[in-house]
Amino acid sequence: METFVTAFSEAGALLVSFDRDFLSIVGLSLRVSLSAVALACLIGFPLGAFVALARFPGRGFVILLLNTFMGLPPVVVGLIVFLVLSRAGPLGVLGLLFTPAAMIIAQTILVTPIVAALTRQIVADLWVEYGEHLRSLDAGPVTTLTTLIMDARYSLTTVVLAGFGRAIAEVGAVMIVGGNIDHATRVMTTAIALETSQGNLSTALGLGIVLLLLALTVNAAVQIINTSAGKRAALA
Amino acid sequence: MNILTPILSLPLLLTALLASPASAADSANDGDRALLLGTTTSVENSGLLGPLLDAFHDDTGIEVRAVVRGSGAILQLGRSGDFDVVLVHHPNAEKAFIADGHGAARHLVMTSKFMIIGPAKDPANVRTAPDVAGALARIAGGPFAFISRGDQSGTNAAERSLWAIAGLSPWADRTRWYRETGSGMGATLNMASALSAYTFTESGSWNSFSNRGDLEILFAEGPRLANPYSIIPINPERHDHVAAGAATRLVDWLTGPAGQSFIAGFQIDGTPPFISVR
Repeated sequence: METFVTAFSEAGALLVSFDRDFLSIVGLSLRVSLSAVALACLIGFPLGAFVALARFPGRGFVILLLNTFMGLPPVVVGLIVFLVLSRAGPLGVLGLLFTPAAMIIAQTILVTPIVAALTRQIVADLWVEYGEHLRSLDAGPVTTLTTLIMDARYSLTTVVLAGFGRAIAEVGAVMIVGGNIDHATRVMTTAIALETSQGNLSTALGLGIVLLLLALTVNAAVQIINTSAGKRAALA
Repeated sequence: MNILTPILSLPLLLTALLASPASAADSANDGDRALLLGTTTSVENSGLLGPLLDAFHDDTGIEVRAVVRGSGAILQLGRSGDFDVVLVHHPNAEKAFIADGHGAARHLVMTSKFMIIGPAKDPANVRTAPDVAGALARIAGGPFAFISRGDQSGTNAAERSLWAIAGLSPWADRTRWYRETGSGMGATLNMASALSAYTFTESGSWNSFSNRGDLEILFAEGPRLANPYSIIPINPERHDHVAAGAATRLVDWLTGPAGQSFIAGFQIDGTPPFISVR
């Protein structure tokens, strides 16, 4: 019980201390995970919409794959990216192993299927609703896609948040490809793992509380943007 | 534009973040990159690693980035050329590493002490054992719960060789009292602490470990419990990308007077976990 009480005071102390090491860890966590989510959206939104609307052989299998890959184990993705980026691997010459870039690559692979699979479902549902109407207007593929994505924008924000949740919380992939290097590739989750391994359980839990607060802040920011944009749209 | 705000603002913001200069451009290939050191959990967990590398940086201007795993894993990564230099404690694996041509030579840097820790009540009476093999035999004789790393780390290799001296191989016997965590020293110590079980560790990890519960050092003396750490630069003839010059400077510094006096002077709560070799 004592650990829990200490953890809250540790979390508070960390937050008010503005300790440079601590802030750089928080900053790197955000940078890596937000970058991965951005890349995943750039790939996942169009990919999901395409699979929802296009008809091609093997489409059912692609949907099955996308849905399955939502459950990719981070440690397996980490291992694969590690093997590819290792000096002995095919992309070893790039020297990316144990850098933030490697961590962004691994998390992008984890998040992209989540974004693509959820986008596909949302766009497919909307197509059922509006497909007839769009066809009667003789809308081209670009107009159709834009209209559907516009209509789905609030649902897609939730998709982005689901992807962000996955990225910011995982430890398996970033530990393997990043190496948890102090001042270089240490993020919140790997710092928590390190503190736990040193038996500093209340510090580890304190960092965990800070991580949750961080996720809360990001989610709140998105919710505020959404609500105010919704109000403006209603007034327009 | 109003309708576009929620859907476009987030990715745009994120892309701007991604494009920040420090991000994906951290390629390790540029001219004066940081030296990449692979080392073991005990060196980091003791708290020695950070200040030691800072002191080296102050003296030479060379920045060192350290990746921490068990010695077996570190040597494996060294074989792939993923490090410039490794600091490990697994003498047999180190000799094989050199024999295979992955490193030119190993240089002794420091030693720490292996030890058996366990519940203060010591039901197996390990404290009074004549030697370390006898102590392990008493735990097996109970049998009393024993937590092993089981991860091919240097500590795990040392533990197994001591069981072998006692004529035992509990990891092969599928017994219930001998449990292999397959993870690092910290996770293993946490489990031993939670279960009040015996385990095998070394002074670097133990001296700085906070979550001890009722565990104590029970057996830590004897020649077989010496734990030597060696530094090996990766052979540049095998991997031409390694920073051989900076690696040699780290070796010279660690084995020279500056590094050795730093190690000798390093203490946790008044106890030095590592012994310098000069």
